Amino acid sequence: MYTAVFGAVEAGVIYALMALGVYLSFRVLDFPDLTVDGSFVTGGAVAAILIVGGADPLLATVLAFFAGFLAGCMTGILHTKGKINALLSGILMMTALYSINLRIMGRSNVSLLSEETLISKIVDFWKGLKIDDAVAAFFTSIGLADFIPKTWGILVIMLILVFVMKAAIDYFLKTDVGLAIRATGDNEIMIKSFSANTDTLKILGLGLSNALVALSGALVAQYQGYSDVGMGIGMIVIGLASVIIGETIFGAKTVVRATLAVILGAIVYRIIYALALRVDFLESGDMKLITAFIVICALVIPRFIEFANEKKKKKRRLLESQRLIEANANKKSGENLAAVKTDL
Amino acid sequence: MQIRKVVKILLQLKQIYKVFNEGSPDEKVAINHVNLDLKPGDFVTVIGSNGAGKSTLLNIIAGRLTPDLGQVKIGGKDVTLMPEHKRARLIGRVFQDPMAGTAPSMTIEENLSIAYSRTTRRGLKLGVTRKKREFFKEKLSMLNLGLEDRLHAKVGLLSGGERQALSLLMATFTEPHILLLDEHTAALDPARAELITELTKKIVEEYKLTTLMVTHNMQQAIELGNRLIMMDNGQIIFEANENEKKHLTVEKLLMEFQRIRGKQISNDRAVLV
Repeated sequence: MYTAVFGAVEAGVIYALMALGVYLSFRVLDFPDLTVDGSFVTGGAVAAILIVGGADPLLATVLAFFAGFLAGCMTGILHTKGKINALLSGILMMTALYSINLRIMGRSNVSLLSEETLISKIVDFWKGLKIDDAVAAFFTSIGLADFIPKTWGILVIMLILVFVMKAAIDYFLKTDVGLAIRATGDNEIMIKSFSANTDTLKILGLGLSNALVALSGALVAQYQGYSDVGMGIGMIVIGLASVIIGETIFGAKTVVRATLAVILGAIVYRIIYALALRVDFLESGDMKLITAFIVICALVIPRFIEFANEKKKKKRRLLESQRLIEANANKKSGENLAAVKTDL
Repeated sequence: MQIRKVVKILLQLKQIYKVFNEGSPDEKVAINHVNLDLKPGDFVTVIGSNGAGKSTLLNIIAGRLTPDLGQVKIGGKDVTLMPEHKRARLIGRVFQDPMAGTAPSMTIEENLSIAYSRTTRRGLKLGVTRKKREFFKEKLSMLNLGLEDRLHAKVGLLSGGERQALSLLMATFTEPHILLLDEHTAALDPARAELITELTKKIVEEYKLTTLMVTHNMQQAIELGNRLIMMDNGQIIFEANENEKKHLTVEKLLMEFQRIRGKQISNDRAVLV
């Protein structure tokens, strides 16, 4: 149980990068970008094939980031220069990327289990620090011996990476270019009248979004030990789930708050998902169904609660007005009826 | 020795022609060979019934529409084919819809910062700095709406009048070559409209902006600015210069229209008083 939750948090932090990318396209640019399903795999594929080919894992991961950037830019170009509908340009790019990803990898699955990856490097580096032993000793001493994960290294290093990325995004969205990108998603007419080239901004925004997604894909591939051409299926829904869950639970008043909410949302999603898988009658094949269900809940429940509150308020008001009307029943003048109205 | 006074022309429209839905039964000539010159500091009000081509003219100047024939020059430079976003460095605009000129989910200072960088190339410097914030506060206090104390408030929370005042400030405080106002008081209630009109007057005078203002309110068109043009059917049918404008009244304008067109202004939206 503990191990499952710990694994979920670990994975959640890595997937949080992808969720941040989805946040950039969906929320900041207001662009429903489905490229994500493809660019996530592109990241994994580029990193995997480079690592297998003997490249430095760090370099491979950085190149995966840029590959995602290119994929996102292509979607942006299709949309802005080719005037293709936003959803369709994402779908087209996603479909094209499937074949491109196969070409990059040369086969549908590349194993990294015997390779030195960024993750294995982190684990080795962390072992050298001997922090795990100390923490394990601490947990044993307080009687939590069954809650000892293999290593804290991945979690800690990934958390640092994610928060560095978050800080960079927060800063970027406050620069002149970042403000213009946000305005593009908010009010395109307005930002055009303030001399911004919205085409370029959209391309750049989508590029950055997919770069983050690909970076996440590259790390996920190294984390799970393989890159698979199908590992991006439904990724956009997972990203969206993270964004929506995060915003619902933690709020999104400012950019700084929103990006934090997205990261936490990604972790919460993974935990819910891990717990759902522990329910006996659910199988791992039900994963997409669970994901869709979580997103639907996150979308519907807040609205339902709001609606119920509204209804309760209206009913109370109605009853109150009836009570007042009855109280005034003996004085049936229009003035009193009007008074009932203003009292409410 | 004879002294020749050189009159520089800031905005020049030459033989502008624009047709919509060309070749279809709905074909409509929106602008029919319009010529217009604006000198620096001119404040021209534009009136005319719906479909007269006022907004189309503004959109052609702003670069949102490209004319089918003719030439647009700003400061002597041909900008006819310059894209909208590049031309926006020279032009400030306020739209009819109070929601159109600001980004609702961003704060007041962020909106101002976007407007501030209109004339420059945007880079990776922070949009809102302490220095800029002081500048924004100073400019906002000019509006007398107390917005200078609400720099961190989201613009979506402001009322229509406040948003339009902010739009006006954002369009003008970088001192554009040309200010285009497209019925910017039409969507507001009378009190707010009055406030925005006053602000417009104040701001245009302070920065000596060359302004083209479309309005449905004839009284407003007569009171504001130093020139007035009346459009109908894609043409400028009447023009009043500074002296003529001083003696104009709404009645005279209506009579003028009738005399030229042989018909009455039949337009529910035209506000006569």
